[in-house]
Amino acid sequence: MSAGGNLLEVEDLRVHFDTDDGVVRAVDGLSYSVDPGQTLGIVGESGSGKSVANMTILGLTRAENAEITGRIRFDGEDLLELDDEGLQRVRGNDIAMIFQDPLTSLHPFYKVGKQMTEAVQAHQDSSDAEARKRCIELLQLVGIPDAERRFGEYPHEFSGGMRQRAMIAMALTNDPKLLIADEPTTALDVTIQAQILRLIERLQSELGMAVIMITHDLGVIAEVADDVLVMYGGRAVEAGSLDEIFYDPQHPYTWGLLGSLTRTDRPRSADRLSQIAGQPPSLIAPPQGCHFRPRCPHEFHKCPQTPGLEARSGSRTHLDRCWLAAEQKRELRVGPEGEIGLAERQEPVATPTAES
Amino acid sequence: MNAHANGNLLEVENLVKHFPIKSGILIDREVGRVRAVDDVSFNVGQGETLGLVGESGCGKSTLCRTLLRLIEPTSGSMVFDGQELTDLGRGGLRAMRREMQMIFQDPYASLNPRKRVGQIVGDPLEQHNIASGEERKRRVQELLERVGLNPEHYNRYPHEFSGGQRQRIGIARALALNPKLIVADEPVSALDVSIQAQIINLLSDLQSEFGLTYIFVAHDLGVVRHVSDRIAVMYLGKIVEIGPAEEVYTNPIHPYTLSLLSAIPIPDPRANAQRKPVTLEGDVPSPANPPAACRFHTRCPYATEICSEEEPPLIDHGGGHWAACHHPLNREAPQDVAAVVGGARE
Repeated sequence: MSAGGNLLEVEDLRVHFDTDDGVVRAVDGLSYSVDPGQTLGIVGESGSGKSVANMTILGLTRAENAEITGRIRFDGEDLLELDDEGLQRVRGNDIAMIFQDPLTSLHPFYKVGKQMTEAVQAHQDSSDAEARKRCIELLQLVGIPDAERRFGEYPHEFSGGMRQRAMIAMALTNDPKLLIADEPTTALDVTIQAQILRLIERLQSELGMAVIMITHDLGVIAEVADDVLVMYGGRAVEAGSLDEIFYDPQHPYTWGLLGSLTRTDRPRSADRLSQIAGQPPSLIAPPQGCHFRPRCPHEFHKCPQTPGLEARSGSRTHLDRCWLAAEQKRELRVGPEGEIGLAERQEPVATPTAES
Repeated sequence: MNAHANGNLLEVENLVKHFPIKSGILIDREVGRVRAVDDVSFNVGQGETLGLVGESGCGKSTLCRTLLRLIEPTSGSMVFDGQELTDLGRGGLRAMRREMQMIFQDPYASLNPRKRVGQIVGDPLEQHNIASGEERKRRVQELLERVGLNPEHYNRYPHEFSGGQRQRIGIARALALNPKLIVADEPVSALDVSIQAQIINLLSDLQSEFGLTYIFVAHDLGVVRHVSDRIAVMYLGKIVEIGPAEEVYTNPIHPYTLSLLSAIPIPDPRANAQRKPVTLEGDVPSPANPPAACRFHTRCPYATEICSEEEPPLIDHGGGHWAACHHPLNREAPQDVAAVVGGARE
């Protein structure tokens, strides 16, 4: 990947948890990087490892049964080598994180203002009055009306959208260089989601921070991301620029994701949605080779070997993990409607249509 | 009116559900009311899918539960298959519930973790004296197979299944009694995208196979469009717009519908960049204290004086497309909906 200039560089990250049922390979050889000011969208389903990978950046997965290897370089420092104290210096300071559920990530017993000033004073040597002033400014910045009164209220007095705004304000207290947003809008209604996404975009351009947006919603990705990482079964299966992923997707899993979407801006087309058959893989005993193999209609003899994440489509920035040849992919991914989808494999059989 | 005569399976008229807010130590004094469902009327045709959309707190789940009388309505009338539901006694209601079933949102919370799949799906058969013993087992296994589960998993517990599989169990349970109407309350919103498509396809296969009628609730407007023949949009306990699905999506009349549509991020970066979305400011007001007259006027970009003074009635704008608005879009002043919602028309 591009040398230098990276704010964050994750290299061959593995996070394995030893459990009673066996070793869960939650993240299994993940590499990506984020440039300053850039937005990386990470998309994947539950259990794809997207949250675990990003919690590991902040040391939130350091448990007794966790085995973490690889490298996480941030601003020239390897975060995996830092001890708790060192991490504490980075957390909430240079790297901030917001979570899916703003109600459970705010402490219900403390006033919002109290929780915010705590974050300020943990990293800055400021008086109560200064911290208070800073927090009220931030609440105003994220669009909370009547910020001064709201500063003295409890989280339950805030609506869902307001809580997420307060969380964002709290994340911004120390001017982070990187904001990790883990499904920040999933628990919110669409009109509120639109407000929050717009807010994150505005703040990013005003403050120049990099953002990692973790989501399962390709619509959110299309709205905010510059680059996209598609995760499946603990690995990245495809990485590229926004346009590369949406208009020239290389991995059959990405085709499946794009094909199973329902669009509100297009007339309703097929009666059936194109679907990805089967279930996501077990992370304890994943399929040998390509993790998507059991669900992929285009599986062939090479798939039991693990394909590397390589540039195969002609663009240097566009990487994927699929053995199929690029021309073959462009042919195969076209669905019945001429759109990108997980087209059924053309079986060379005599019976015309034996679909149940 | 005979429901069969006009092809309606369900006719709901002026349905109201208010939850009292009580306060006081010794005497429960009513201090207010949450107007969860406030004077709602609509019909559902035989074999049709009615999509119900709206933000959280708009009353769509309360409406669903009231239809099945899981919650007692405050007032109004619900005629199902020619029979008034509101004055059915316990026995009548029990018989009627064979005809109307529900699929719930959370496949984790809606299945009893201590019961085996065979019991969960077979219970309705036993309860209604339809089948027991070997016959019951055979029926349950048929149902499991029909919804795409392995019939040999008859003796497994819910925790042994994934989210999508559990939702299939919930569907099998709803189908067990051969109902006419299935009310699906956010049946796919707890599932991953790739699994959502599987469940939606299953539901539409079952509909054509058994001639089912669906009321399909979701906050994901893309999913609703895909499955529905008609769509009803709710805001703060009221239906603000109802009409044929394609009409509602391509020619929305109510500004709330327009802003809902424009808030959905389109999974297509170029189409997304081209549109000029309408962003609603603020939050949904509390249903305990809804704004007077038009309930949307506090957030509506088109609101004028009349909107805060007079409540707009739900009126027919032609082609079965009804809306409750003083300033109907695409009617008084044509809007370029495509620019806001995204995508080309035609």
